[in-house]
Amino acid sequence: MATAHDGRTAGHDSRRELLDGLRALLGAARVLVEPEDTRPYECDGLTLFRQLPMAVVLPESEGEIVAIVALCRRLQVPVVPRGAGTGLSGGALPRGDGVLLSTAKLDRLLALDPLARTATVQPGVRNLAISEAAAAHGLLYAPDPSSQVACTIGGNVAENSGGVHCLKYGLTVHNVLRVRGVTMDGEIVELGGHAPDAPGLDLLALAIGSEGMLLVVTEVTVRLVPVPQFARCIVASFPDVESAGNAVAALIAAGLVPAGLEMLDRAAARLVEPHAKAGYDLDAAAVLLCESDGTPVEVEEEIARMSAVLREAGATRLQVSRDEAERQRFWAGRKNAFPAAGRAAPAYYCMDGTIPRRHLGAMLKSIQALEAKYDLRVPNVFHAGDGNLHPLILFDDADPDSVRRAEALGDEILAECVRLGGTVTGEHGVGVEKLDAACAQFDADTLDAFRSIKRAFDPTGLLNPGKAIPTLHRCAELGRLRVSGGVPPFPDLPRF
Amino acid sequence: MNDAGAVVDELAERIRAAAAARTPLEIRGGGTKAFYGNPPAGEPFPTTGLAGAVAYEPSELVVTVRAGTPLAELEALLASRDQMLAFEPPHFGAGATVGGCVAAGLAGPRRASAGFAYGGVRDFVLGAKLLDGRGRTLSFGGTVMKNVAGYDVSRALAGSLGVLGVILEVSLKVLPRPPVETTLVFEFDEATALARACAWGARPLPISATAWHDGCLRLRLSGAPAAVGAARRVLGGEAISTPADASYWRQLREQQLPFFAGATALWRVAVPPTAPPLEFGDATLIEWGGAQRWVRTAAPAERVRERVARLGGHATLFRAQDRSSGAFTPLAPALLAIHRRLKAEFDPAGVLNPGRLYAEF
Repeated sequence: MATAHDGRTAGHDSRRELLDGLRALLGAARVLVEPEDTRPYECDGLTLFRQLPMAVVLPESEGEIVAIVALCRRLQVPVVPRGAGTGLSGGALPRGDGVLLSTAKLDRLLALDPLARTATVQPGVRNLAISEAAAAHGLLYAPDPSSQVACTIGGNVAENSGGVHCLKYGLTVHNVLRVRGVTMDGEIVELGGHAPDAPGLDLLALAIGSEGMLLVVTEVTVRLVPVPQFARCIVASFPDVESAGNAVAALIAAGLVPAGLEMLDRAAARLVEPHAKAGYDLDAAAVLLCESDGTPVEVEEEIARMSAVLREAGATRLQVSRDEAERQRFWAGRKNAFPAAGRAAPAYYCMDGTIPRRHLGAMLKSIQALEAKYDLRVPNVFHAGDGNLHPLILFDDADPDSVRRAEALGDEILAECVRLGGTVTGEHGVGVEKLDAACAQFDADTLDAFRSIKRAFDPTGLLNPGKAIPTLHRCAELGRLRVSGGVPPFPDLPRF
Repeated sequence: MNDAGAVVDELAERIRAAAAARTPLEIRGGGTKAFYGNPPAGEPFPTTGLAGAVAYEPSELVVTVRAGTPLAELEALLASRDQMLAFEPPHFGAGATVGGCVAAGLAGPRRASAGFAYGGVRDFVLGAKLLDGRGRTLSFGGTVMKNVAGYDVSRALAGSLGVLGVILEVSLKVLPRPPVETTLVFEFDEATALARACAWGARPLPISATAWHDGCLRLRLSGAPAAVGAARRVLGGEAISTPADASYWRQLREQQLPFFAGATALWRVAVPPTAPPLEFGDATLIEWGGAQRWVRTAAPAERVRERVARLGGHATLFRAQDRSSGAFTPLAPALLAIHRRLKAEFDPAGVLNPGRLYAEF
């Protein structure tokens, strides 16, 4: 039985054998080796970690992926899969002794069946492109991560991506019916299927969110849902963060499931307003965005119920979008939070913890105390509906003391998330960024069980080694999403 | 009230002893689903000592319960706060437990729906504690909706029939009960019913269940009064009164309709919803917008499976006197290899429900 790959480097001869073999398979043009060619692949959306791979390969078919995997297995070379590289936790960080396998060229929409309400696509198809193709049939692919114009479905499967509509429409795991892929054994496997409840264990659930460690995705069948006819959004102002947090709980307790439920604290609202001109109440301690979608009559009924609950929970002002333009403007504020943070400080860390919703108010209070303790500003934007926090720690990356304080503040926030019964990552993944934090969340036996799953799918241990699941002896200090000079690697992508 | 920690310690000790002696154990909740899957074998290993809700926070839409808690008790608790298990699980008997419900992974009529609102058991599992074949307590997932730390093992326990370990505790997402439900009835032949169910499913209508048999398509609508009222006007059909419709869907879920009576083998056929009428078997009952079809037939298992495979689906021998052909559609060799390795990792001695899912492990 093979043991897990332990970072051995390929010797000169085997490196040459690898590159010759890859060129024989793909032709020289689709094997990138020179640093100027591989540089664009040295990191994903988490730029703090950079590493040039031994080679970047650009396969165009599943058959080529099988052949690449077979060659790498024979030569004991690690393989790191990569989609669009928009991930925020370093899941696609290359290895210096490994091959980076980009699925970008597998970008065909293979089938769209409006009656079965499914689309089957290759992994390099962009998230938004699926909904664009389905729109003609009045259907859409529901998960909508903020990077959806650029991120690809293969990466979404690897990360179990969310979006602002998760509470009502679910995550990637709820909307993917079938994944076909290549294991490091070189086997082609089909998980899930076009029919419900595929026989055997639900390996599809394990593969989704596995951060590219279990198989290289070659085909994905997604479920499509009818496009809601109509949507309206309420912006509610609250005099203190706790009543805003309690309003979220009150909405859910009243049996309402908003299509979107987002929160900005005063600092975040003031940060975005000059750019987005969303019309937020800048005197409020927190504003809540609460959206209803459905048929017009359904939306009217729901907006009335939501408004009543929000008022009862202490909202001091309610604005309800009067038309689609106003609704888009309300959302523009929320969607501008990350770019606005980038403009407001030399650098920021974006945290991604999730907590039980009922602790939102208390969590905001704790963060306020931490701002004072570390003398840093932390505007807060939340996917309030599912308790997923994105505190944006503003700091100066040219000042080592500021960096140290920002890291310490972030550690305290994640520790508080775990203490409150939550998780260190709601949607960005562990990758390389949160390996230490994952150590704090899981006990040794559970981490061992994760390694069992890795071994069951990949006995060679060569597929994306070292990501997502920390080894027990791992303790090196690692960073977070750090953006220098307000220019993230995908400056034009909205991040929320 | 027992001490849950002491009960778990006892169970773990028993598993370690069984592993050492290579004595197979039959994990058993209420025993209501012993008919499902391959026949159980081994010494009975009851989980009913693990009872009670651990935490229920209606405003979080999450409940955490011990595995031996009666399903009926959990449903009553949720109903007291106007909430429900959205996958509408069958009980198949008075003693059904939450652990058995998750391990069997069976969902009821509400699985069918246009949007995400409803789904299968695994879609609502947020976290679980598992006692594995080494006697270790493992803790997966949690109680929050969004959580991407670690592999999503807790969802994979839905339908696992205990082969990876004994479910000790599970956290489930729950949903508000729809304020209004109504059932519409249409007289359609099988092909028309399938075509209509697919076409309606592609529109934003609050359909929460479909069932066709004996020339009759029933459609359940669930939601806010305005939405259900508007959908009724769009769809037409004849509405049946609320008590009658609720009892129909319950009888369907519990397989108490006349269709389910009799000795002929009952197959659960899962196909893409657009698959044509099956054209085999003595009788068919169609659910989930066409994706789940119950078939009564004495035809040999291989023939049934071969025909269903051609339609892109799989067939489970759900209730039968003779289960020697295997309850579930055989796995492709590469998938079987992964299953065997998973079993060897979680239960190296192979003592937990061996053979229940597949004879090979």
